[in-house]
Amino acid sequence: MASSAAVPTDVKRPSLLRLIRENKVAQGLTLIGPANVYLVLFMVVPLILVGILSFLSRGEYGQVLFQFNLSNYTRLLDPIYGRILLYSLGVGVATTVLSLLIGYPLAYYIARAPARQRSLLLFLVLVPFWTNFIIRIYAWIMILRAGGFLDTVVQWLHISDQPLHLLYTPTAVMIGMVYEFLPFMILPLFTSLEKIENAVLEAAADLGAPPYRVFLRVTLPLSIPGMIAGTILVFIPAMGMFVIPDLMGGAKTILIGNVIRNQFLTARDWPFGAAASMILMVLTMVFTFYYARRAGLSEELVV
Amino acid sequence: MQSEFAVELRDVVKKFITPEGNELIAVDHVNMQIRNGEFFSMLGSSGCGKTTSLRMIAGFEWPTEGDIYIEGEPQGHRPPFLRPVNTVFQSYALFQHMTVFQNVAFGLEMEHATKSEIKSRVGRALEMVRLSSMDRRRPSQLSGGQQQRVALARALVKTPDVLLLDEPLGALDLKLRKEMQLELKALQQQVGITFIYVTHDQEEALTMSDRIAVMSYGRVLQVGPAVEIYERPTSRFVADFIGESNFFDGTVKAVNQKKAVVTIPAWKQDLQATLVADAAAGDAVVVSVRPEKIQISEQPKTNDNCLEGVVFNSTYIGSDTHLFLDVGGQQVKAWEQNRVSSLDPHLFYRKDQKLWLTFPAENVLVLPKE
Repeated sequence: MASSAAVPTDVKRPSLLRLIRENKVAQGLTLIGPANVYLVLFMVVPLILVGILSFLSRGEYGQVLFQFNLSNYTRLLDPIYGRILLYSLGVGVATTVLSLLIGYPLAYYIARAPARQRSLLLFLVLVPFWTNFIIRIYAWIMILRAGGFLDTVVQWLHISDQPLHLLYTPTAVMIGMVYEFLPFMILPLFTSLEKIENAVLEAAADLGAPPYRVFLRVTLPLSIPGMIAGTILVFIPAMGMFVIPDLMGGAKTILIGNVIRNQFLTARDWPFGAAASMILMVLTMVFTFYYARRAGLSEELVV
Repeated sequence: MQSEFAVELRDVVKKFITPEGNELIAVDHVNMQIRNGEFFSMLGSSGCGKTTSLRMIAGFEWPTEGDIYIEGEPQGHRPPFLRPVNTVFQSYALFQHMTVFQNVAFGLEMEHATKSEIKSRVGRALEMVRLSSMDRRRPSQLSGGQQQRVALARALVKTPDVLLLDEPLGALDLKLRKEMQLELKALQQQVGITFIYVTHDQEEALTMSDRIAVMSYGRVLQVGPAVEIYERPTSRFVADFIGESNFFDGTVKAVNQKKAVVTIPAWKQDLQATLVADAAAGDAVVVSVRPEKIQISEQPKTNDNCLEGVVFNSTYIGSDTHLFLDVGGQQVKAWEQNRVSSLDPHLFYRKDQKLWLTFPAENVLVLPKE
């Protein structure tokens, strides 16, 4: 091979690899690059598309027409949607509150347990996630339906000889929702509680605080970051959840999630569904930020 | 309720079960009497039971056997928030979500003190530790030394009968630690409260305490003022743990009241010694001599207790010279203050130099052989 224009061997040509190896900024970009590309492609871009979609119109056969108007949003002003939104909000809040009430004692117990038990208990909390979501819902349907497992047990214990008719009620929906979201509340709460130094609790007792005051004045305030994280992890998805109300609530329970789903899958009014989605997103963000600011977002967010 | 002692431990035993299922005796039949207004230290290395004993006084642990008495009252299973003692923790354990003021005020709020009372008492406590300007800050914004003083103020503001301190200066740098040692001592004398102090640093204990309890493996080996612990240790462990000492095995040849003659087989020689505890002729003992007590000379000085040795190593500390000599096959440490102000190397002791060591009889202690 004939030697081409001689390249001096003591001058290294800049290469991408060398740049990454030496430059801290380049290193950072390489690490976050793939994730960012993914997020932009599959989250930011679709979000923008949905946003644009919400201003368009539906054609006669369900196709999307490029006619910009605000009619989708004005339709949402109808009180019927207001009620649905409010109801969704209620379900979101109720799920969050119940998850907090049930999850806090559980997280506290796990955090205070000896180290070896802790791993086992956390494992038990996470095991349900190994099963498919829908199948778990169907399990609950089996339990709650008239003549199902719960009814059998209740009859066997002679509490009642009438079927309970729990399925297809708001109660069933709440049971399903809390069941699904409880681990999302327990884990951040646990992380927050576990971080509390034992010596701090001892110091509080040493200074004259009986156990309930140690809890109210020390443990609870220090677990607020966990509560915020847990709330965000529960409230946001709960607001938009439609599968559980669909399967366990029957036709009687309509939430905003169901509306959106129906628009996209049944009524084929994509622009309207898009508008409803945008409203849901905005509402969720407003409530979350307001809550987080109130509860002290200055604390580090624990997830 | 008044009592002779601020705190008393009567035959206290504390046993733990390790995760593997073994029984660990952390505190092994400990008896202690701590007097009102004294600065009392528990000194020992890790695992000796000093921290466990302190925690039992505070109420974070309960004795397996025996009981703790505070101002004459048995505490039994009384929880910490009902005991008239307060603790300063090694890790400070400050409330991170509260300001300095709120931290110090916490104990008073638990007493249901009025707002104005809290304000004045907290103010005075912060003045006492010289942190008045920091009352609005959070613990995370303070240095280690400042955090430590907050922990101190927080405990003292409640004017407890007894203040318990669990190695509070451990996390500070050397200079700050020495400053705080003096401050704590001055504070204790000013306030007059009984301090019970746990440390593994013997210099700290010797500097600050009125009395020291030397502990090892859950037992109290000796209790007394610093001078007594240092000059009259009652066991080899204490003589070795506190300061430095030479040890030689021997047999008691004769006893005359507080004096004894001990034969050192390694030297085939007798030493005139002082008894710390009773002994009888024929007892196997250990003789202890502190290096700074040994008189070094180039010619033999006396007939008794004078031995010849060869220097095999010497260390110049500046104010002192530490000599390591071979005396009849035994290694002997001897310290001497440097009175020499010249730089002439020939005036300093050299390797292989022959020197005579004199052990004054009152500094040759006869200790039980364990």
